[in-house]
Amino acid sequence: MSPRVVFPNKLLPYLLLAPQVAITLVFFYWPASQALYQSVLREDPFGLNSAFVGLANFRRVLSQPSYIDSVQTTAIFSVATALLAMVVALLLAVMVDKIIKGRGFYRTLMIWPYAVAPAIAGMLWLFMFNPTMGTFAYMLRSAGYSWDPLLNGPQAMTLVIAAAAWKQISYNFLFFVAGLQAIPKTLIEAAAIDGAGETKRFWTIIFPLLAPTTFFLLVINTTYAFFDTFGIIHAVTGGGPGKATETLVYKVYNDGFVNLNFGDSAAQSVILMVIVIALTAFQFRYVERKVHYG
Amino acid sequence: MATVDLKDVRKVYGGRIEAVKGVSIAIPDGSMCVLVGPSGCGKSTLLRMIAGLEEITEGTVSIGGEVVNKKGPAERDIAMVFQNYALYPHMKVYDNMAYGLRNRGMARDEIDRRVREAAATLGLAEFLERKPRELSGGQRQRVAMGRAIVRSPKAFLFDEPLSNLDAKLRGQMRIEIKNLQKSLGVTSVYVTHDQVEAMTLADTLVVMNQGLAEQIDTPMAIYERPASVFVAGFIGSPAMNLLAATGGEPGKGLKLAGGAVVKPRDTVLPEAGREVLLGVRPEHMTLVSDRNNADIELKVTAVETLGADTLAHGHPVAGDLRSGELIARLPGSVHVADDDVLPLAIQPGMAHIFDAASGRRI
Ligand SMILES: Nc1ncnc2c1ncn2[C@@H]1O[C@H](COP(=O)(O)OP(=O)(O)OP(=O)(O)O)[C@@H](O)[C@H]1O
Ligand SMILES: [Mg+2]
Repeated sequence: MSPRVVFPNKLLPYLLLAPQVAITLVFFYWPASQALYQSVLREDPFGLNSAFVGLANFRRVLSQPSYIDSVQTTAIFSVATALLAMVVALLLAVMVDKIIKGRGFYRTLMIWPYAVAPAIAGMLWLFMFNPTMGTFAYMLRSAGYSWDPLLNGPQAMTLVIAAAAWKQISYNFLFFVAGLQAIPKTLIEAAAIDGAGETKRFWTIIFPLLAPTTFFLLVINTTYAFFDTFGIIHAVTGGGPGKATETLVYKVYNDGFVNLNFGDSAAQSVILMVIVIALTAFQFRYVERKVHYG
Repeated sequence: MATVDLKDVRKVYGGRIEAVKGVSIAIPDGSMCVLVGPSGCGKSTLLRMIAGLEEITEGTVSIGGEVVNKKGPAERDIAMVFQNYALYPHMKVYDNMAYGLRNRGMARDEIDRRVREAAATLGLAEFLERKPRELSGGQRQRVAMGRAIVRSPKAFLFDEPLSNLDAKLRGQMRIEIKNLQKSLGVTSVYVTHDQVEAMTLADTLVVMNQGLAEQIDTPMAIYERPASVFVAGFIGSPAMNLLAATGGEPGKGLKLAGGAVVKPRDTVLPEAGREVLLGVRPEHMTLVSDRNNADIELKVTAVETLGADTLAHGHPVAGDLRSGELIARLPGSVHVADDDVLPLAIQPGMAHIFDAASGRRI
């Protein structure tokens, strides 16, 4: 074994760590603690006075019917986005794995959407499906489908889910491609000799061996759907029509920055944090058990 | 159980790389055919074509008298043991063995009976509930064998199944494979680059070189009458000595490159002036008491004492290094030192003469 490398200078390691620690402090711990602090205060709309109110904000938020609706909306949106993004990415990855010529080219093409900013992605989808000028909207209508996401809630939901999933597909795709490449080819050949057809091979060999990747992506995609989709929703529907696409993150923004109800908004973001922490803990506790690590 | 027949099988990768250049082998029912040759000679490619994992560019592969070129690996009813075992890492040993049977829709109790029987034969009964990573290399190797056995296929295909094991285990598994194959009587094709495995396992030995079968015969026949310089050098350890020589006047023997004249007994000698290679195995040279009875005098440059045998390395005295290096395998009781000059006789009929240009046996 090689001896441990020790920094001769006692200060240097701390200096090297400092930027990362500073970023985490400024952009995570500080806002998080602010949210916690705000969530127990009541502030007047002009921001002049604030008073300690204990858990009153939480009580009020949780008793609002609109909040419970938003939880439901978020659940539908997140599950659908994560599932769609992962299923499509897996499908594409499996297909690219079979291509021999020009594989690199396809892979590069697939990765591009990830470089598109959420708001831009949202605008793209908005334009494509805009009832008055969108190409796809036109195609849908000429196919006899009455398409108007600006008025129809479920259609608006479908649109944001598609846009949010589309952006995440590239990321998932990359991981699935890497995961597929890590499966030894002889295993697939052995299964073929053992009489398993292509579908059977996928479900009995490839899918179980991809489980570590799939699990990792499940955690990442859930978090993505909960938090990082704000930009897309903001650009495509603004939470509407009505409140049909108002997810929890969007509601935090809407109540806090549009309606200037900081106390409620802060309480909501704390609840949101708790939900995501609980969800992730659940995934690690119960789902990961089924994962076989090579 | 079935015969396996290859007819002029060729494989070209990507239109350019000709990995197998037309090989024909007939493997009788129940026998073991071993493909041996240096790395990259096309052994695995040939085996994979029999398995159906690689498309056949030209020629035909038949199993049980039926051409299978167009059939997928599953329909050929063969079982393969891979070098890295290719066990399904997420399945228990039991499920690894049962997988192929389940895919073929066999009844549960029949699967159970077969898996347990194979496990008992291979000494795996206590490991059935384990995952492959909880097994030693030798045990994994057995599971891979078990997976092949339970299927009772028409043929077993092995691709260097023992090369990941240590020397002792390899020797043991070699014998087990041989016994198993004999008792089951399943036609087998076995790829290796280990000549000990090749000699001991084969009923039919195929020595391959650069995509061609140089010689197909029983192991002993190949050892006794190698068809080419390549085969002569590849089979036997230490390798056969090869000395450059020219045919002498009728009745005069062979002239070695260094000037000495050799006259091996019971050997058909080439016509005068023909460039040849004289091949003699190290174990076919005997120490004689008298220079006059010697065919070659060996000037010793290095000695390897193996216990039972002593290997004397050197070159012919009368010659120079041009005639090549020589190794003689002498009994362990003979004491040899560097710079000794050993009078050696070639055992009657044990000289091999190859054409220098073509490398073929004369
Ligand atoms: N998929 C492939 N594409 C192109 N060339 C290949 C491919 N597979 C093998 N080859 C080439 O075909 C030749 C024979 O390869 P093969 O794997 O059959 O050798 P081998 O005799 O099994 O060697 P080893 O003892 O090292 O396993 C080699 O020159 C190799 O480079
Ligand atoms: Mg090989």
